Amino acid sequence: MSLSSDSSLFALEMRGLYKRCDRPAVDGLDLRVRAGEFYTLLGPNGAGKTTTLRMATGLLKPDRGSVSVFGIDMLADPVAAKQVMAWLSDEPMIYDRLTPLEYLYFVAGLWGVNRDAAETRARDLVTLLGLAPQAQQRCEGLSKGMRQKVALAGALVHEPRLVVLDEPFTGLDAASARVVKNVLRDRVRSGCSVIMTTHILDVAERMADRIGVMAEGRLIAEGTLEELRRQAGAGNATLEDTFLALVETERSPGSIAA
Amino acid sequence: MIRAGTIAWFAQHETRLAWRDWSWLLSGGRRRHGAAVVLGLIAFVLLMHGLAYLTLARLPALASPPDKRVLMIIGGTLALYWSLMLSQAMEAVTRVFYARGDLDLILSSPALAERLFAVRINAMAVTVAAMALMLAAPVINILACLGGVHWLAAYGVVAALAMVAAAISVAVTVLLFRMIGPKRTRLVAQIIAAVIGASFAIGVQIVAILSLGTVSRIALLQSDAVVDQAPNIDSILWLPAYAATGDYLAVTIILALGVMALVIAIRFCAPRFADLALAAAGAFDSPPRISRNKSRFRPTSTPQVLRHKEWTLLRRDPWLISQTLLQLFYLLPPFFLLWRTFYGDRSGAALVVPVLIMAAGQLAGGLAWLAISGEDAPDLIASAPITPSRIWGAKVETVLAAIGFVFGPFAVGLAVIDPSLGLVTALGVIAAAAAAAMIQFWFRAQVKRSLFRRRHVSSRIATFAEALSSITWAGTGALAIVNLWLAVVPGAIGLVILAGAWLVSPRRS
Repeated sequence: MSLSSDSSLFALEMRGLYKRCDRPAVDGLDLRVRAGEFYTLLGPNGAGKTTTLRMATGLLKPDRGSVSVFGIDMLADPVAAKQVMAWLSDEPMIYDRLTPLEYLYFVAGLWGVNRDAAETRARDLVTLLGLAPQAQQRCEGLSKGMRQKVALAGALVHEPRLVVLDEPFTGLDAASARVVKNVLRDRVRSGCSVIMTTHILDVAERMADRIGVMAEGRLIAEGTLEELRRQAGAGNATLEDTFLALVETERSPGSIAA
Repeated sequence: MIRAGTIAWFAQHETRLAWRDWSWLLSGGRRRHGAAVVLGLIAFVLLMHGLAYLTLARLPALASPPDKRVLMIIGGTLALYWSLMLSQAMEAVTRVFYARGDLDLILSSPALAERLFAVRINAMAVTVAAMALMLAAPVINILACLGGVHWLAAYGVVAALAMVAAAISVAVTVLLFRMIGPKRTRLVAQIIAAVIGASFAIGVQIVAILSLGTVSRIALLQSDAVVDQAPNIDSILWLPAYAATGDYLAVTIILALGVMALVIAIRFCAPRFADLALAAAGAFDSPPRISRNKSRFRPTSTPQVLRHKEWTLLRRDPWLISQTLLQLFYLLPPFFLLWRTFYGDRSGAALVVPVLIMAAGQLAGGLAWLAISGEDAPDLIASAPITPSRIWGAKVETVLAAIGFVFGPFAVGLAVIDPSLGLVTALGVIAAAAAAAMIQFWFRAQVKRSLFRRRHVSSRIATFAEALSSITWAGTGALAIVNLWLAVVPGAIGLVILAGAWLVSPRRS
């Protein structure tokens, strides 16, 4: 699969990304997410997925390499890059003493969304995510799943072109997870790009257009499920088997990184 | 080998946890500062003994046996200490109930929880006594050196007062649980703790200001009117004071009363603690609060949105408000001094200026910490399309606006008495608040707002710089009233402290 080098075609483009913590957390990573694509990043614990996404969103500066969002250089113009994207971590970034609606108005204000649009979008999202009964209650009493949905609504209220999600399904029950999946699918259908990490391989298998597999800070495999199966030589195996085979191959002595 | 689940086993467990917590507090969570901590402790002990010596060596020998004036000083000091001990114990009890820590583990185990709570009530008394002795021990030791070993009996009095404080605070908290439920108890108990801690010291000072026109508590306790009204020297109310002077019968009685109070509290309250702790855990599972202000957040400009957010979060957190307002409690004496001066002798107003400047610096430091370091959604703010300078600018503006709201009326009040006093106060308040906010900005960290109480632990340098800065700006204000040129020296020191803080700040390096 060939990818054009025109940066504006990519929602996210990371080149030669390197970040060292105690050891290299991300080691020369090249990764591209196309506009309108649902991209899922998989990897064992400590593979560098979250570090990668934090660098993509400007929350962490890479030691080397470049990050661009729809052709905007994140390092040179972080404000412009952040304007078109949203970040959602597994730990909901909400304020206990604000109500969901207040939180959404606040986030909309941060992204400079005008008042009327913010109000309409916030109410639509609250309804869409099943938060209407809690809309005027402070977040301090909400369950983990509700809090995650409030945070997701916050990520969508300013209508980003790229949504970056780190383990968004952690702690969600089946019904909430389905709502979140549907919302994300709808966004992708309407042209939004999504990059997401998850350990729930079933979600990746069903939702992703392309899947990237990271290990030890590097992208060891990338493509559709079929392409990954071919790379792993796994026939008609499930994504779980394919993923485990790819990671195992990477870990085995003498392996060559993808 | 101690058998698991016994009182001794729980005591060993609690001692280990307390020791590690204490070590963490002293070292700021860093492992390699052991020698520095020990040296710091030795320096602190020597300094405190030096200060106690300088204070006590100049005083005339206390009458023996003590007369009414001596009993007033000792009794007043003990009452002051006890109010602080009670405050600390109240606050500690709420932590036992509400800080989940290992409670879920222990309460879900087959071990008898009342044994743990018995140990924790005892530990509270020990901690309260230890904290009081940090300040009292040097005074007691120097008194023993200068006046005789009988003064060492004061250690027994401190221990007894700590036991009574722990017993009363446990009983009051259990009573509050029964009366107003677990959810409100936390806030009410913490407010009671804050008020008790401040009320005696401040109350005596206010009475001194209103009756004698002085801020000195000792002057009030030694005034003829108060001494005449005090109980006779053979009154039982002087028992703690006699005990402190070395009357061994009094010490024995006081200690026996303390032990008895503690045993009764443990006997009756410890078995109920498990139920109360479980109720406290469920307190926040009740339906969340409905916000009545439906139109509170209306996006206008980004800085306005940030300012709104800070104000709303502060307003909706009663515990933080109580902690912040506690600092304002200490403004009551200058307020009364100002009020008395306004209607009488105007020369006293100048005394208010440094107090106001100092308080502004301290309050600004606390608020700046909340706004800058106590951000509960740092990633959200960092991922927003706003430059960091606009974010920090909006947060600092919030702090300075709050300071202006609190201290503005004082500056105006002083300006009515004397325009130069008002001007010096306004400038001093701005300088102290801006300096404190800058220090908090340079030493910012990402922590939960709920860790407000422990903010001093994260950076000792920031804490000292903030305190020194407030003191120097207060000194600058005090001297500026007398002679503007004299104020240049502390003002310059204030700037040097600020520059020093910037040079050593982690954000710069």
